[in-house]
Amino acid sequence: MELAPASPTPASPRPAPASPHANGWLQRRTGGDWLYLLALIGGAMLACLNYRTTLDGYDLAILILHVPILTAIGWYWRPFRLLILLVTVLALASINLYQGDLARAEKLFLLKYLLSSQTAISWMSALFFIATGAYWLGLLARSDFAERTGSFLTWSAVTMGTTGLFVRWYESYLIGPDIGHIPISNLYEVFVLFSLFTALLYLFYEGRYATRKLGAFVLLVISAAVLFLLWYAFTREAYQIQPLIPALQSYWMKVHVPANFIGYGAFAVAAMVGVAQLLVSRGLLASRLPAPSVLEDVMYKAIAIGFAFFTIATILGALWAAEAWGTYWQWDPKETWALIVWLNYAVWLHMRLTRGLRGTMLAWWAVLGLLVTTFAFVGVNMFLSGLHSYGSL
Amino acid sequence: MPRATARALIELLSSMRFAISLLTVLAIASIIGTVVRQNEAFNAYLNQFGQFWFLFFGKLGLYSVYNASWFTVILAFLVLSTALCVIRQAPLMWREICGFREHAREASLQLFHHHATLTPAVPADTWREVVTNHLAAAGFRFKVNERIDGVLFAAKQGSAGRVGYFFAHGAIVLICLGGLLDGNLPLRLMMTLEGKAPAVGNQLIADMPAAARLDVDNFSYRANVYIPEGRSSSMGVLNIDDGILLQPLPFTISLKRFIIDHYENGMPRRFASEVLITDTTSGESFERTIEVNKPLEFRGVTLYQSSFDDGGSILHFAARSFAPTSAPPLEFEGEVGSSMTLSSAGDEYSFKLELTGFRPVNVENMLESSATNMLDGLLGNGAHDPARRELRNLGPSYTYKLRDATGQALEFNNYMLPLQVNGRWYHYSGMRASQMEPFRYLRIPLDDGSIDTWFGMRRTLFDPARRSVLARRFADRNLDAPDDNTLHERLTAAAEHTLTLFSSGGFDAVGKFITANIPEAERDSAGEAFIKIMQGLAWESWQMAREEAGKPIPEADDSLAGFVRDSLAALSDSTAYGAPFYLQLSAYEQRQASVLQASRSPGKPLVYLGSLLLVIGVFAMLYVRERRLFVLLRHGTMTLAMSSNRKTIDVDETFIRHRDTLAAALQATISPPPQ
Repeated sequence: MELAPASPTPASPRPAPASPHANGWLQRRTGGDWLYLLALIGGAMLACLNYRTTLDGYDLAILILHVPILTAIGWYWRPFRLLILLVTVLALASINLYQGDLARAEKLFLLKYLLSSQTAISWMSALFFIATGAYWLGLLARSDFAERTGSFLTWSAVTMGTTGLFVRWYESYLIGPDIGHIPISNLYEVFVLFSLFTALLYLFYEGRYATRKLGAFVLLVISAAVLFLLWYAFTREAYQIQPLIPALQSYWMKVHVPANFIGYGAFAVAAMVGVAQLLVSRGLLASRLPAPSVLEDVMYKAIAIGFAFFTIATILGALWAAEAWGTYWQWDPKETWALIVWLNYAVWLHMRLTRGLRGTMLAWWAVLGLLVTTFAFVGVNMFLSGLHSYGSL
Repeated sequence: MPRATARALIELLSSMRFAISLLTVLAIASIIGTVVRQNEAFNAYLNQFGQFWFLFFGKLGLYSVYNASWFTVILAFLVLSTALCVIRQAPLMWREICGFREHAREASLQLFHHHATLTPAVPADTWREVVTNHLAAAGFRFKVNERIDGVLFAAKQGSAGRVGYFFAHGAIVLICLGGLLDGNLPLRLMMTLEGKAPAVGNQLIADMPAAARLDVDNFSYRANVYIPEGRSSSMGVLNIDDGILLQPLPFTISLKRFIIDHYENGMPRRFASEVLITDTTSGESFERTIEVNKPLEFRGVTLYQSSFDDGGSILHFAARSFAPTSAPPLEFEGEVGSSMTLSSAGDEYSFKLELTGFRPVNVENMLESSATNMLDGLLGNGAHDPARRELRNLGPSYTYKLRDATGQALEFNNYMLPLQVNGRWYHYSGMRASQMEPFRYLRIPLDDGSIDTWFGMRRTLFDPARRSVLARRFADRNLDAPDDNTLHERLTAAAEHTLTLFSSGGFDAVGKFITANIPEAERDSAGEAFIKIMQGLAWESWQMAREEAGKPIPEADDSLAGFVRDSLAALSDSTAYGAPFYLQLSAYEQRQASVLQASRSPGKPLVYLGSLLLVIGVFAMLYVRERRLFVLLRHGTMTLAMSSNRKTIDVDETFIRHRDTLAAALQATISPPPQ
């Protein structure tokens, strides 16, 4: 949905269609596309029928909305269809193995070592680390095979991580029906979300620009996030599912948090592309990395999508705050830092679009922008106190 | 030249450079606001910064940055700057949206970054049809201009993206204006224009001056309403500048019940207030439940569940004196939030007792997190508890302050029920002299389920009149040769001396005595001797206490030895307890209070509308791509040029695609030739 095309694909390896604008949008749909749509509709209907007694109006609306949204993404970006399929199969397999009994995670081999949430997230972490190595090997040794491996591993990591989050969602309901909630409510869970969104955004650009060279850089920031995740999990035992405090029991959470992390993820991608561009501008790895114009373009696209979603996220946050705290804006440190992040990228976009600024200046800015973003994301929780103290360290 | 100056001023105000400078200042100011904690009590800042800096920062408005006048001025300038920019850009943008630029010269087309010349092979009379079909199929709107140098097709698409500019920038103006309406600017204006002034210090609401009361029709405010269960209120309170203002509400809120639900692990699950709202003018009333995330809107005022407090629970106490006389415990009751004077009959002490808090439920983790296995974190479900916490509800706790005649206060935090630690039961009472310190806990051990025995031991041990009796009994029991009078005398004297020391300050006093009077080489053995004597005395006092209470003396065993050890530790600690009595809670009637926030925010619709426009505007600006394609048909050749408002790689691709498609349809050669 967010990537709805206004013009056909840029820089794509695919040949431009013979008649590029012969209203062929529907005609270009393959059998797989229609099958995918049918599967989504079928899944939504199945969920409706099975759980209609427990679904309220919001649930139903969100469930139905998922069909067009996932269809749009899958049709626009075909590999996404396979991801959805795999995650569905794995998550359902895990749920089936559990049979409503949490203790089976300790007994069943497949659950214990593959499909319980903690294990799946551990697999995600490991796969991201190996993917980082593969991308770097590919970049330095100019090995296409290593890069392909990196790409494959990143997709696998995303599959395992997404499965892990879905299974965690299910597990939370097994603890108690009143405890169950979507796993995006504390710092541990949103770090997983951040890794997933960053990787997905990167994989999207990897396909669009037909280059795997940037994986080495983007996977670095994902690995850093995963390292933090592991450290946080081990030192604070943060991986334990906790119930929701009253302020978080709201539908707004389900849209506010993911929108925010699309923003953070996109800014992270932009910053790492910025690092690549800075290296190229100094003649480092210049022969191995894409041309500066391509790097600039990816950086712009990432910041544009990040900014758009960060805008939505901040507004959703304000709407939620109005409901929970009685005012849509009260200069809470998290809100204030969100504003600073927003202003930073707003000025970045003005500089590029209105002033026509290009080159290393914008790259440096994108890199520093990530520092500001990181502070808004983690730093505020660590150093400042305020209402957003759910993910305190 | 005032006109030129005015124009230059408008130029500056509406320039992007000015707007960005303002944004930078705004960002830095906002950062200060996140580093300096906002809207704290002035005393806290005074302590933190010292006299000089406290005043200096206060002058700068750093304690309430976002309400400081200079911050508001920057915001106002930002609104002005953005508005001027939009107004200035409007005509230009409008021309861009409506116009086709069908008068573009050939020379200027050649200057476009994307341009090419086609030399078609097909007959010239088919060109127009081919170009028209191509533009229509590609979704362009176009205008045809037949002129001397040929026929120009001026085509464009995506001009709606320009509307995004107005939406996004207009949205900023709307949001800032809405924010200014909902901020405390209206309040400040009222304070200046209508002479409203906050009341400082503790006053009853009825005694507040009229200047501290706002109008019921006040259009913008955010006030707190405190309502104990079973009572009602129609008055909100605004905290401002270390004082308060009263905001009457157009209705009365009666709190029937305040509900807190907890999860098993003690985390709160639900805060809810069951209220009855009565409209002041119409007298109509209705019942409703206000919860976190579920506010109530009535008569333009929105009520939110903001906080909760004790609403004046009644606590029934038994004050057990530490004095050697065995008077029965003093029983009395008090309401949380109130204070009273407690003095002994003989005027040995007189305290002001301030009952400050009561919590009916305290869930604590009784096990410190143990070292966990690495694999615990890597494998399995997310539900298993790695630390193997042992959560326990410790029951009600209560806090109070004892203020002496000089105004010095000690704060206490006691638990109503005895707590079991390592298999033994104790009553816990925490004490501290200042808010900065943690509570230090006195653990009074239970004997036969009550603390009576311990108090009996304390009376016996700390009563100077009974010291000699106790010392002699101790000597009687512990002397192997009971006939040796000299030895008996010496042991009695030593025991009496130890008792005197211990009574004056517990083991601390004993330790000090040893350090001061005994050579270093003998201190260890002396210390051991003192402890042995004290333990013996404690045994003796335990027996005496039970005899006095008419209880049998059981056989000594390990658990008894443990009890005596704990008693001795508590006896020692009790010398530094600071209060002459232990305040035990015997019963309570809980009454909670709910704190609701009542607000009127007239700017909210503006802000929400602005937010909607902002999202539409941002997406339109970033994702609706404006493209202009010019095709100039001349004799024998065709000039092709393209422009875009965004310079991204896909513009190159798009141009090449249009050029090649046209060239193919016209069987044309391209110049400059494609790379």
